[in-house]
Amino acid sequence: MLGIDERLAAIRGSSDRKRHNARTLAALTTNPGCARRAILDAAGVHKDKIAARVGHPTEIGKMSKIAVLRGTFFEQQVKAEGGAEMLRLLRAELGLPIEQAHYEDLGAAEVDATDPRSKREQSNESRYQLTRQAMRMTAGSGPDAGTMFASPMLRIAFGGVWVYLEPDLVAFQIGDKFHIVEIKSFPIIDEVADPGKVAGALRQAAVYVIALQNLMEELGRGRDLVSPEVLLVCPKDFTNQPTAAVRNVRKELAVIRRQLERMDQVREILRAVPQEVTFDLAADRQGRPTRSPADLKRALNQIPARYSPDCLSNCEMGRFCRSEARGSTNVLGRTIREDLGGVDSTSMAVALATGRLRPTDDLEETAHLLRTIYTMRADCLQGAS
Amino acid sequence: MSGLTAMARVLAAETGTRQAICTLRHLHVAARPIVLVPITLAGETNAPLAVLVGDDRDRPQLIVTNRPRVREERLRFAERLGAELLLPIANLARRTEVVPTTRRTTTVRRRAVEAPQIWVPNPAGVEFLRLLGRMTRFRSTVGQWAVAPSVPTLGIWATWFAEQSEFADSSVLVATTQALTAMWATGQSDLEDGNLAALMAWIDPPPGTSAADAAARAEDTIAFPPAGPATDPQFDAVVLEPALRDLDAAPDDQVRERVLARLASGLRDQMQPTWDRVWRAIDLLDAVPAAPHVAVRWERDRERFYAFADYLNTIGLPQARQDGAVRGARRLTDLEVRKSTFDAQRAYDDALVMAEYRLSGEAFRGIVVDADADRVVRPSSRRVRRPLITVTTRDPARLAPGDRELRDPQRPTQEAAVIDVESDGAQTRIRLELSGGLGSGTTGPAPSGSVPAVGDVVTYTRLKAGGYTHRGTFPNREDTPWTHGGPPAEYYVPTSHDAAEDWS
Ligand code: SF4
Repeated sequence: MLGIDERLAAIRGSSDRKRHNARTLAALTTNPGCARRAILDAAGVHKDKIAARVGHPTEIGKMSKIAVLRGTFFEQQVKAEGGAEMLRLLRAELGLPIEQAHYEDLGAAEVDATDPRSKREQSNESRYQLTRQAMRMTAGSGPDAGTMFASPMLRIAFGGVWVYLEPDLVAFQIGDKFHIVEIKSFPIIDEVADPGKVAGALRQAAVYVIALQNLMEELGRGRDLVSPEVLLVCPKDFTNQPTAAVRNVRKELAVIRRQLERMDQVREILRAVPQEVTFDLAADRQGRPTRSPADLKRALNQIPARYSPDCLSNCEMGRFCRSEARGSTNVLGRTIREDLGGVDSTSMAVALATGRLRPTDDLEETAHLLRTIYTMRADCLQGAS
Repeated sequence: MSGLTAMARVLAAETGTRQAICTLRHLHVAARPIVLVPITLAGETNAPLAVLVGDDRDRPQLIVTNRPRVREERLRFAERLGAELLLPIANLARRTEVVPTTRRTTTVRRRAVEAPQIWVPNPAGVEFLRLLGRMTRFRSTVGQWAVAPSVPTLGIWATWFAEQSEFADSSVLVATTQALTAMWATGQSDLEDGNLAALMAWIDPPPGTSAADAAARAEDTIAFPPAGPATDPQFDAVVLEPALRDLDAAPDDQVRERVLARLASGLRDQMQPTWDRVWRAIDLLDAVPAAPHVAVRWERDRERFYAFADYLNTIGLPQARQDGAVRGARRLTDLEVRKSTFDAQRAYDDALVMAEYRLSGEAFRGIVVDADADRVVRPSSRRVRRPLITVTTRDPARLAPGDRELRDPQRPTQEAAVIDVESDGAQTRIRLELSGGLGSGTTGPAPSGSVPAVGDVVTYTRLKAGGYTHRGTFPNREDTPWTHGGPPAEYYVPTSHDAAEDWS
């Protein structure tokens, strides 16, 4: 019997591990009940590649180059000149009595060419150590160590490996606490921002809060040194000028923590998955997958999914799972099944509604509801024509 | 979602054809609608890139921002859009008529003979107009930052349209996807229905193609460019970004012209399919007969349109950035009241809409099995007509003796109260006492037709289709409690700061 890490490695096969980030970790909470997703994500499978290979390429994560450039530009602007703009925001927009703040860039990494580990691995690790050191010193330095850390590196254990996370900024200290600063390029217009985008940003920020809390705990400092209040920095109105808003992410923290714990139970889920299941694309030397789509589909079918239309915007497998779920009421909407008395199959719903199918005893009540609806509908349409 | 709509979806999925969820159209379709298809520049805040606009489907006007990253060019774009939109609006506002009234009153109310109706592809198109309005309505026409007068006027109108569209009963600004899904159910979810191409593929598939196949194909954003305002990232990478780069690098006007022409044709290719789809959607909806209350609601739209045009001519200051506390609260109440009136009117007009209420127990339809039309009682000193009828229904009605103020859309001035309810599982017998709508006098038989007869099909519901006058009690503007920021300025007077507001 293989250990959990070996099994996940076998599921991933020869492909490299997909690197998670705060966004993908936060996205885990969008369909927590889906075993397929839990396993693919824990194993670090490139879902986008799998989806493309089985004929359902995804649009998720495809960003406009133009938008990305502008986002990067905005972030640089906020961080420019030793965080001068940031400091102004903290003072003016949030009314914080900070005299001056020290600005420390933790983005520099040490890479040793002779080290057998990959450059990225080394850089992540060295930056993480740098961050850790900085946090240790600051956390012990008393109440007036106004410091901002740009490009820190944090980490969270997930799927048996460290996932490295790069918050935009960590600000210390406002009332003795560390605050996560999240810089986003969607605007706040007349003090209102797109609620969907804000929700996404807060989920991400919550992942950073958890990572920083973990670090504090490791340093023997107590998690409550990290504030659940995060700072969202966005362009103001129609300009390039940043503005800031404070948001409490306590709710998001609870949801994400619960989900991360659930992911620890991948072991349980794996028990129901046949040993031979793998998502190895068996890429050739040019990186082109050689595994047959049919074979890959069979592997996917072995792990139960839980499709809902939200998947289309949250999970790379969305279109594949939709096509697999064809004929199920889940494809039509989240609440359709409940609206129709819990019937999962559209053809069965219609058969019961039209009386073509005689219901078994346990479906008697549902069938009655469906027939009522169907007759009402038919009568109304007939009366109208 | 509810049972009937869910059933319509399931039927659509099973049969592969769209399913009506209304028997009539509840949206007004203007004789000369204006269609507006906007697209914006990715990563920026509502930076207009181009629009296709006009009331002639064969000759859309294409307006392209010459340099979308330059503030002045964006304002010039607004000016050019203003030139397209403001003239028809002004013409319509000039043709007015007196609102006929039965009440004795000295004040004469006027309304426009016709109001403008703008169609955008989707709710994001409405948001585009709202933000465009916010961005332009405070601009000044004098001073250092002067813009053409049409710019702030366009902003004020764009804001008005966007505000109106929040009300369920207004038809002056229509998001096409919403208009279609209010009429038909498809065999896909709301999420897919939000994509105009996929929605139209389902509702109106090309001949010889199944709806599901057509919709699946419509998800290819290269063959079916998005309905905007956001562009397809691939288009950005392949067409837009290089064109913008070339524009910046153009050594002279000649080269710039050439690049612009290339960009304009690329943009047109992105918008034209959406333009065509919106017009096709208008045709499809127009072909469905309108419900009786549509004309009533459109009259109100025409009144509001005229009133706003009049305000613009006399006072003409832009709408404030945010509502004051009182206006905000009043607006919320209005939103609610107008929505519930709209819902009730739809149910009164349309048996299929009423069926939703029957299913949830808020209405029932049945047959009159017994009627005492001439019953007269004497609850106090006066004798009054109180006919009794007994109705049997198979609907899952949720009623109890003592429930009052039920109405049948066929006799909206008559009220019914529940006397008793008997149910034997399959069928429910309901005894109702009627009042109102029975003429004056109490002697002799009730006026013919005023009481349902045995064998008639009746529908009773608590919904009320008109006559909501209650607006809540709000303090006057001057009396706004200081806890809500004190009295707001009557209108918002833009400052020089507004005129200079950056749009970068
Ligand atoms: S798309 Fe498929 S794998 Fe992804 S969450 Fe939905 S059901 Fe699960």
